[in-house]
Amino acid sequence: MKSAVIVFPGSNCDRDAHDALALMTGSAPSMVWHRETDLPAGLDLIMVPGGFSYGDYLRSGAIAGRSPVMREVAKAAEGGTPVLGVCNGFQVLTETGLLPGALLRNAGLNFVCKIADLDVANSQTRFTAAYSGPARIGIPVAHHDGNYFADEETLDRLEGEGQVAFRYAEDINGSARRIAGVMNERGNVLGMMPHPERAVDPVLGGADGRAVFESLMGAA
Amino acid sequence: MKNAPDFADGITAETVKEHGLTEAEYDVILDRMGRAPNLVELGIFSVMWSEHCSYKSSRVHLAKFPTTGPRVICGPGENAGVVDIGDGQAVIFKMESHNHPSYIEPYQGAATGVGGILRDVFTMGARPVALLNALRFGSPDHPKTRSLVSGVVSGIGGYGNCVGVPTVAGETNFHTGYDGNILVNAMAVGIADQDRVFYSAARGPGDPILYVGSKTGRDGIHGATMASAEFDEDSDEKRPTVQVGDPFTEKLLIEACLELMASGAVVAIQDMGAAGLTSSSVEMAGKGGVGIELDMDSVPQREEAMTAYEMMLSESQERMLVILQPGKESVAKAIFDKWELDAEVIGHTTDTGRMVLKHHGEIVCDIPLDPLSEDAPKYERPYTPTTPPVRLSPADVAAPADYGQALKTLMAAPDMASKRWIWEQYDRHVMADTADNSQSGGGAAVVRVHGTDKALAVCADVTPRYCAADPHQGGRQAVAEAYRNLTATGAEPLAITDCLNFGNPEKPETMGQFVGCVEGMAEACAALDFPVVSGNVSLYNETRGKGIPPTPAVGAVGLIADIVMRASIANAKDGDTLYLLGDCTGELGQSMYLRECAGREAGAPPPVDLALEKKLGAWVRRAIGRGATVCVHDISDGGLIAAASEIALSSGVGVTLDAPPADLPAHAFLFGEDQARYLIAASGEGARRLEEKAAEHGVTLTKIGSFGGDSVAVDGLLDVPLADLRTAHESWLPSFMAGPIAHEDAA
Repeated sequence: MKSAVIVFPGSNCDRDAHDALALMTGSAPSMVWHRETDLPAGLDLIMVPGGFSYGDYLRSGAIAGRSPVMREVAKAAEGGTPVLGVCNGFQVLTETGLLPGALLRNAGLNFVCKIADLDVANSQTRFTAAYSGPARIGIPVAHHDGNYFADEETLDRLEGEGQVAFRYAEDINGSARRIAGVMNERGNVLGMMPHPERAVDPVLGGADGRAVFESLMGAA
Repeated sequence: MKNAPDFADGITAETVKEHGLTEAEYDVILDRMGRAPNLVELGIFSVMWSEHCSYKSSRVHLAKFPTTGPRVICGPGENAGVVDIGDGQAVIFKMESHNHPSYIEPYQGAATGVGGILRDVFTMGARPVALLNALRFGSPDHPKTRSLVSGVVSGIGGYGNCVGVPTVAGETNFHTGYDGNILVNAMAVGIADQDRVFYSAARGPGDPILYVGSKTGRDGIHGATMASAEFDEDSDEKRPTVQVGDPFTEKLLIEACLELMASGAVVAIQDMGAAGLTSSSVEMAGKGGVGIELDMDSVPQREEAMTAYEMMLSESQERMLVILQPGKESVAKAIFDKWELDAEVIGHTTDTGRMVLKHHGEIVCDIPLDPLSEDAPKYERPYTPTTPPVRLSPADVAAPADYGQALKTLMAAPDMASKRWIWEQYDRHVMADTADNSQSGGGAAVVRVHGTDKALAVCADVTPRYCAADPHQGGRQAVAEAYRNLTATGAEPLAITDCLNFGNPEKPETMGQFVGCVEGMAEACAALDFPVVSGNVSLYNETRGKGIPPTPAVGAVGLIADIVMRASIANAKDGDTLYLLGDCTGELGQSMYLRECAGREAGAPPPVDLALEKKLGAWVRRAIGRGATVCVHDISDGGLIAAASEIALSSGVGVTLDAPPADLPAHAFLFGEDQARYLIAASGEGARRLEEKAAEHGVTLTKIGSFGGDSVAVDGLLDVPLADLRTAHESWLPSFMAGPIAHEDAA
């Protein structure tokens, strides 16, 4: 499987994404710097990693969402290439309009880092097929702006079309309908606040994120 | 007899005093310069000879620390200590205080404390891999405490989370002794290849000096000098002395500096910390025995019309000074262009042994470098040793009327309660190497060495109430507890860093506390083969004439050969046997029980038997290494029952202790804080081997209970449902923080 990780100044989960992809897919991803205007050809996955792109001193992901490389990511997504945005990557994907909704400040106002219990809301997607049915999994979250927001009509549509991939088992940040991960209509773009790339090695305390990568491997 | 001081450049005796220099110190300057200094020169002497930079009150005592060992690559004197962790790798670490700024402006004070300590570590070539902190706040009842906790915690999180280094461990205490003077100590740990460790000494004349990072502003110019109107034409231009942190720039700086170091362009590198451009340039030139010439017009400036004085004394954050290989300027510039950071050659090294600064074509400073370090004041302050209180016997302390209630009170006490509210605000997992054991009651955190099976164990420890009662034993105990916390993960203790927080050293009683603590720590470090490789001293922590409790924080690092073989406190299971390793004497003096349940702070702290600590530590590490243990926890605050409760809460399984031994009152057995003890959970074959090895090595291993059920119980004394205990333990801090924030200016 051929993958790429987008790197912005201030990305800080780019190495974690790189290592998880190398471990899970058996080949190291290309690291693509934010100023690039070309993506490697024939990608099976583009990952937009977590961190604080450009410092996130403006709205989280707002500057990265308008960076040159994201125009190429959007083109690839329109062409059907799978795109996985994690944490800040999720925020960036909503800023580019590749995903509906927005990530607001956590309802509790504080940054939250914990192992979040998640329900796999739809295990029939290319990102979740390796989870066996509606599983309960534990994956780390670490964010300040993870409070997913969309209008009721959009939320109803997302639910109806099976675009909600993951849901928090209990409310941790105020997200509408406890949505932790959401896909585009076509099902090739997933944004999620929890970090599957931090949950691939059982030595560190959990490996529930492996199935996200296994699903993509199976679909590629 | 001294002559009347000579003055130049409008300087008066008052100016000298405002710069924190004594008349005697000023006379030395006159003598070494051969003339009166101008304002820039006076400013440079004043910061280099400040307590912060020169350690003038503490140097003679810091020399008592053992600083060498078979694994020590670089001890104190550089930006951070460097220790061999095998395979050509080194761990590089240091702890530092940011107390005063954090009290004035908690968010930025704490944030810039994190930024500063990170720079100390990556300036030596290490990629930072872990952050820790040791926090002391005033009484929960003090009106400012809540807002200080809130600000400091968000500042630490705001910086560390953004820069992408996990904050993995720490400790937080509350005591009225810190009401007017909180302590914020931050520690950073990094990993480097041994053949790519960078030092700060210049190597000879003719090398270009590169300034990189943020632009220089007027922030952080020393408070003492700020207070004087003569230095500014316009007093409205004065800035608060607290700097503002920019973790995004720090992240870029880390990546750019590590890239520059890998390019082979770097001769020496130093961060601009306290006293900014002055201390970095003076130290680099001084250590290399060369001179230095800087063109102040080339310094990247954030504000207009800055004077040389302001630029030299600014403490703007996220800046580094690099001595380059000649001809490598364009290599360096290209790297910093990529990361969109300023990088300017601002001068070069010379063979004059002098520091020469030029501004607008004129020489504004020309001083010999040697006196700045060699003639720095060094004081043997008079001191009065603290008289330790008498040792209490169990009979001196009342037993609780209700043991179950006493346990709940203890586990919900501010110092003992879960700090989840704090550590859930820190990204503990970024870099994907943290073994997540950061649960309530955990001692050391474990961080894998990236790309290997090795791991580092890291912790921060000190028990200020012990140090206040008996500085000497308190100093020994701080080191011993860190040693035990590392040991309890299975790590071989490598070395420590320290952050020595005390009051005014000019008071003999305070100086006595300092000397006592340092000597106690030095003894423990020597006995445990646990050298000091870096550290920081923070004195004058006083408000309205009252000093803080002596607080020599210890930051410790250990090495785990195989992360799979680590022990944790969260692994006990139904049916496991609970063992106590070590002897019980029932020390209730200065105990958490005495303070929280009997309302007294009295008696001598528990004595520390260093030989026993060493013997038991080695025994525990062998047991963990052989896989004989399920779960290990050291016994400290709150005694045996608190440690057993912490295991039960972390593991999610109840525990029942047998009735206390007949030869010790039950409250002394359960709540005594005797040192050199561990709790160990084991089962089956592992348990059998533990018992066998204990007999073979002559250590006291006693079966005291077993895990199972859903309560913490002691036969005939107490039975507290785990759920109730968890509620008590977890709810204190969130409830406290949900209370009203006092606004001191709401008149």
